[in-house]
Amino acid sequence: MGRRGTAAWAWAFLLLLGCAGAVAAQESSIPVPPAAAAPREDGQWVMPAKNYASTRYSELDEIKTDNVKGLQVAFTFSMGVNRGQESAPIVVNNTMYVVAPYPNILYALDLTQPGAPLKWRYDPKPEAAALGVACCDWVNRGPTYSNGRIFYATLDGNVVAVDAETGAEAWKTKLGNVRDGETMTMAPLLAKGKVFVGNSGGEFGVRGWIQALDEKTGAVAWKAYNTGPDKDVLIGADFKPFYESDKGQDLGVKTWPADAWQQGGGTVWGWLSFDPDLNLLYHGTGNPGPWNSEQRPGDNKWTAGVFARNPETGQARWFYQFSPHDLFDWDGINENVLLDMKWRGQDRKVLVRPERNGFLYVLDRVSGEVLSAKPFHPLTATTGVDLKTGALIHNADKTPQMNRVVRDICPTAPGAKDWSPSAFSNKTGFLYMPHMNMCMDWENVSANYIAGTPYIGAELRMKAGPGGHRGAFTAWDIAGEKIAWQIKESFPVWSGALATAGDVVFYGTMEGWFKAVHARTGELLWRFKTDSGIIGQPTTYRGPDGHQYVAIIAGVGGWAGAVVAGDLDVRDGTAAKGFVNAVRDLKDVTTKGGTLYVFRLP
Amino acid sequence: MSRRILLLLLVPVLAACQREEREYRANPIASETRETVALTALSPGGNEPVVATSGKGRDYENNAYHLSQGKRLFQWFNCSGCHAPGGGGDIGPPLIDDKWIYGASIEQIVQTIREGRPNGMPSFRGRVPDDQIWQLAAYVRSMSGNVPSDAAPTRADHMHPGPSESRRPVSPPIAGGDVPPGGQAPQ
Ligand code: HEC
Repeated sequence: MGRRGTAAWAWAFLLLLGCAGAVAAQESSIPVPPAAAAPREDGQWVMPAKNYASTRYSELDEIKTDNVKGLQVAFTFSMGVNRGQESAPIVVNNTMYVVAPYPNILYALDLTQPGAPLKWRYDPKPEAAALGVACCDWVNRGPTYSNGRIFYATLDGNVVAVDAETGAEAWKTKLGNVRDGETMTMAPLLAKGKVFVGNSGGEFGVRGWIQALDEKTGAVAWKAYNTGPDKDVLIGADFKPFYESDKGQDLGVKTWPADAWQQGGGTVWGWLSFDPDLNLLYHGTGNPGPWNSEQRPGDNKWTAGVFARNPETGQARWFYQFSPHDLFDWDGINENVLLDMKWRGQDRKVLVRPERNGFLYVLDRVSGEVLSAKPFHPLTATTGVDLKTGALIHNADKTPQMNRVVRDICPTAPGAKDWSPSAFSNKTGFLYMPHMNMCMDWENVSANYIAGTPYIGAELRMKAGPGGHRGAFTAWDIAGEKIAWQIKESFPVWSGALATAGDVVFYGTMEGWFKAVHARTGELLWRFKTDSGIIGQPTTYRGPDGHQYVAIIAGVGGWAGAVVAGDLDVRDGTAAKGFVNAVRDLKDVTTKGGTLYVFRLP
Repeated sequence: MSRRILLLLLVPVLAACQREEREYRANPIASETRETVALTALSPGGNEPVVATSGKGRDYENNAYHLSQGKRLFQWFNCSGCHAPGGGGDIGPPLIDDKWIYGASIEQIVQTIREGRPNGMPSFRGRVPDDQIWQLAAYVRSMSGNVPSDAAPTRADHMHPGPSESRRPVSPPIAGGDVPPGGQAPQ
């Protein structure tokens, strides 16, 4: 008895020691965003991702875990369009700027006046024909600010610069051609005197590109395609990819059947990050076209991956392909969160990327080496990532085939996680990810390329994943390579996330709940029911009165909410490329909307 | 004698074949039928709008061959990509429901396909032979159960998201549909 007691004590002691060790190790290995890419808090929110490191973290801490339950509506504003509101309200010089879905009107709201009245509006008058070639609702993912101007892209393929004070148009440059199926939905990134923008249209067989425009004039500085010969992709002497599979000449031609790269997709409709120290711009590339993978044998470079480029010249430095020869519409356009951390005892500059294929990647952002790829979503289509070759390992049973329905593929076409950007907290070291929990049935059918019409070649229907819920909000412990906590949501979580120094994390649900949860535990601290489902990006700022505010635009839509925004018929499971099958009941819980909500403490 | 009987016997057999009349030679791509249609129920003077149709539409709607060709062409010309393979809608509005922005008659649907519509429906004039436009329009009518069920397609070649066109409940058309973006946008 006595001996056993001692042994138990010894075990307890060891355990304690172990725990203390683990805690210490964890504290020291909390990743931090590089200072040059995440400057000190100034109380503003000048770009959708908050900073070049894309952390969506604010050091404001007036709103805390113990007072957040008191949040109240400060003011609201109608966006005037009842379509999917994927945009981020940005705040500069006591003015808030919001962009509506098509027709993409930009509004400036004066935060110094009660009720934040309208200062001015700018109407870019985009072409209505663009509505026919916008794959996934009429969305816009946000404006951005630089040097006294607001920059954003319009659905019909224009980039505009607008005077932030007056709303006068400074310049407008047409980059996309709707007749070929090109649209623009992404939020530009401003750095080094340039506007970086890319096209949408991966479902229309467009050829994906990213361009840099002169911030002052709108003149094109460079353009890099993501398919085709090296000279078009801006691959030259500087290009040093980490993996063998990305080395060789003109892989953007050779990894495709003859000429298929011309309709090969690889668009740039998602998030860009920039590391000023390394002078590298990071951008993802979209899915290859058509979705029917049997029509494009080969790795289909440079689609479904991430490029590091020199922002001045556009020259590629490295590339990594998340989903070579993509089978399931797994665009590689998600956010690139730039962090510095100790990795296996070594200081590393990393790029963290929760990917559509279901893995959370930690890449060395200097070299493009994959340090870690851990699943965060139930998987049947893949089994892992080979860290030696960087290759995604597929489950052959789930490979799509012509005229045969392959069942229970997890994750789905929108992936484990789509564009909805996650947030990183400097305090917890966790990445807060809005994402899905879904599976699908998929059938390849023959795709015909007719310019300006869809180039897909697949029929699919999605459904809830294991557990029956369709979404989740997950805190991922980056250093520990595991889930810290997870909240199950009935619908896919299609909104962005916001992390704050008050240890409060915000996100929205498709039912219309705007939620505040505890950054360390996921405990629900406060929620507010908005007038429509939320798919927008929450932001926070310090108002002219010195107090902290939180902003979100409600209004359901996007691919996930097309069933409501587009009034689709729920009897057809293939509607909205199979998404309707999974979210038929969305019509029972929410209606169309478009309202900005701004909250503060009493 | 027996020859005459044989001939007599052939008459009903041949008559039965009448049901499926096919034009094997398609119209040249440039030729176009003229139908006078209106897009509204209103007309000054309190009357119905002036319309005049040739009746050609009925030949297409009642014909199983045309309907099944229309179903094939619906995928071939990528209508399925914008309206969903099952017609429940995607970029473009659903075609299996009862709401019609630009009219549910076959002549109006022919106009929709030929001329396109302002908020994203492409104009297929000159890209699709006129008789195929009629086949497509007839098939679109079948998607909401508005053709004779014995002529409508009975099976789908691909994923079966719902009952085949021949077993669809009839959805009597209602003019209206979605609010156009111009009506939603602030002026
Ligand atoms: C590029 C996408 C696209 C393609 C391809 C397309 N449509 Fe459309 N279609 C639309 C859009 C968008 C609308 C709504 C237009 C509007 O409201 O102005 C529409 C409207 C329609 C309508 C009118 C519906 C109503 O309520 O009045 C019909 C009928 C139609 N399409 C049939 C077809 C057929 C048949 C094809 C193939 C030949 C086709 N569409 C191809 C996008 C498309």
